Amino acid sequence: MDTCIEKIRAIGADLLAKGEVEIIIGFSDGSIPMAARPVAVSSRDDMEKLVFNSTCGLNLANYVSKNSLSGKGAKIAVVAKGCDARNLVTHMVENQISRDQIYIIGVPCTGMVDKRKIASMFEDEITKFAEEGDTLIIESALKKLTVKKTDVLRHNCQVCTHPNPPVFDVMAAEPVAEQTLDQPFADVDNIAAMDPEARWAYFQELTQNCIRCYACRNACPLCYCPTCFVDESSPQWVGKGQNQTDVTTFHFLRAFHCAGRCTDCGACVEACPMGINVREFTRKLNKDALELFGWEAGLDLEKRPPLDVYSPDDPNDFIK
Amino acid sequence: MNFITIDKNDWAAGIDQLKKTYLVFGPVQDENGCQIKPLAPDVQPEMGAPATVMSPKSVLFPQTEKILTATLDESSKDHHIMKPVDKNDTPRAVLGIRPYDAKAVQLVKLNFDNPDYKDPYWCDAYDITTFVGVGVNRPGPCDFSTSAGCGPFSEQGLDVLMADLDDRYLAKVLTPKGEAWAAACGFDTPADTAESQTLFDILQKEAEKQINTAISTDNLAQKTILDLYEAPFWDDVAFSCINCGTCTFVCPTCWCFDIQDETKHQTAVRFRNWDSCMSPLFTHHASGHNPRESKIHRVRQRFMHKLKYFLDKYDQGIMCVGCGRCVASCPVNIDIREVCNLMNDYQKDK
Repeated sequence: MDTCIEKIRAIGADLLAKGEVEIIIGFSDGSIPMAARPVAVSSRDDMEKLVFNSTCGLNLANYVSKNSLSGKGAKIAVVAKGCDARNLVTHMVENQISRDQIYIIGVPCTGMVDKRKIASMFEDEITKFAEEGDTLIIESALKKLTVKKTDVLRHNCQVCTHPNPPVFDVMAAEPVAEQTLDQPFADVDNIAAMDPEARWAYFQELTQNCIRCYACRNACPLCYCPTCFVDESSPQWVGKGQNQTDVTTFHFLRAFHCAGRCTDCGACVEACPMGINVREFTRKLNKDALELFGWEAGLDLEKRPPLDVYSPDDPNDFIK
Repeated sequence: MNFITIDKNDWAAGIDQLKKTYLVFGPVQDENGCQIKPLAPDVQPEMGAPATVMSPKSVLFPQTEKILTATLDESSKDHHIMKPVDKNDTPRAVLGIRPYDAKAVQLVKLNFDNPDYKDPYWCDAYDITTFVGVGVNRPGPCDFSTSAGCGPFSEQGLDVLMADLDDRYLAKVLTPKGEAWAAACGFDTPADTAESQTLFDILQKEAEKQINTAISTDNLAQKTILDLYEAPFWDDVAFSCINCGTCTFVCPTCWCFDIQDETKHQTAVRFRNWDSCMSPLFTHHASGHNPRESKIHRVRQRFMHKLKYFLDKYDQGIMCVGCGRCVASCPVNIDIREVCNLMNDYQKDK
């Protein structure tokens, strides 16, 4: 996927030269294998820092709403794969930023790799990671593996139906083919099929390793509240400790705050140091948004999200 | 100081015997790799496990620890009076930790056990805990312990240092606690001291050779705090930070905590929980003012504390043992090695 990087850099250099944007938010290489670091580039000389590959799994829309520049009306370019762009659209729909403040450098995405899955193929720590087309070459002190990228894609990328940015100012490459899925929510259906006790136990077990670092929340572009409910101290809505009820309360409420807004970008899972698949919570809400309202977040600048609009011809009886 | 040899075929039986008198902690495999946890009766420690995501600091300093309790029942004459909770004073043994984690305990000790303050909870736990480390034969790419005041075979803070020799462990017993641990396991086959030490030296050299990343700390002490505080690089360092608490929670030397009171029905409990300087709430004053209101302030605080304030206050090196956990777990790859070198190299008038 690195093939479009030269185009990204050229676009970025041009934007800076013309003074159309002040900074370009993108990814740079990390200091360890499989790490990508979000970076803000503001000079042509730094353009070489920009990279784009299958490890760029965070969502850069997160850096727009929470960036001090965004409040000053400065124009920002963002290197955006499908989900980043959808979250930029969501920011605009939610009035966090204006369309003319953001220049979207769209990147057609062939998916991000599941770093945990790759790490689990090794007994020791990974020392090298290289990507050549659809092939990944990964090394540790003990062995070297060549794997197909499609075999180690993150789950959200496997089920992604919007790899191309739906809204952009320029594309860095030709769009990639988009898939349609017969059963886009098989994972949710499996959980829904459990009886209530088993389902409860499933979610309790899911979060048992949670350390409440809030990386899932902070990696999420949707979580831009000035003060999160878990950080309120007066009143304090939720206990601060490792009590399972408090841990669960955080996860449930975080998920519900994402209802009808989540793009399933997977940044929350990517950020979690404890390997908790927190998407298990939001996936059900995405399914409901799609099935009840025909809604997928971040596709359209003109439409209002289902949870902030009332329609007299709402098909649901309960609202009438 | 003496050496004993432990046949791996005898290891499990020894640990089972140890469990009769000790509460035993060790690396346990779960969905997220290995964690240091109390071992269930039928569980053996995963001694060859890769570095654990979380450090073993929770053995002495649990993420949530009940410290005091009171009854709210006003018919009871001691209602609303906080009292100590029952403690488990069974001796604890922590098996299979990496040497840098034992060094980290010694750094944390400077805070919890010093002439001015003695934290009763931490000190009591420390007194009954035995640390049994295993030398790291294959340090990973995030390990920079050799330049952070310890190394893959460092003995600091350990009661026993073991070397993994495929079919057996060679154990260097370093303290009386270590001797008691070996006796409790029934490990008593002596090994030749000179030969064993030579083997340890060889393994240590081999391991240290594999660590190809280092920090420089030699200039930090002579820098003035304000120069570093006002250095121009903090904006860049902090840009990618999402202000989660991962780095502080996985760190073996981060010791900050918060006290919380909770009530349920007629019982009040006072807990202490890990806190994190990455959280805005950490410094949020009752007045509403927050002296570290932006993430740049908080990121700077974390690195200044670890690499400058601590060093200035205790003169015991930096508050980092080079385990690399924060590097490995940071969602946005903020690398303390780079920040340390930036600070160490910084010249104000450059």
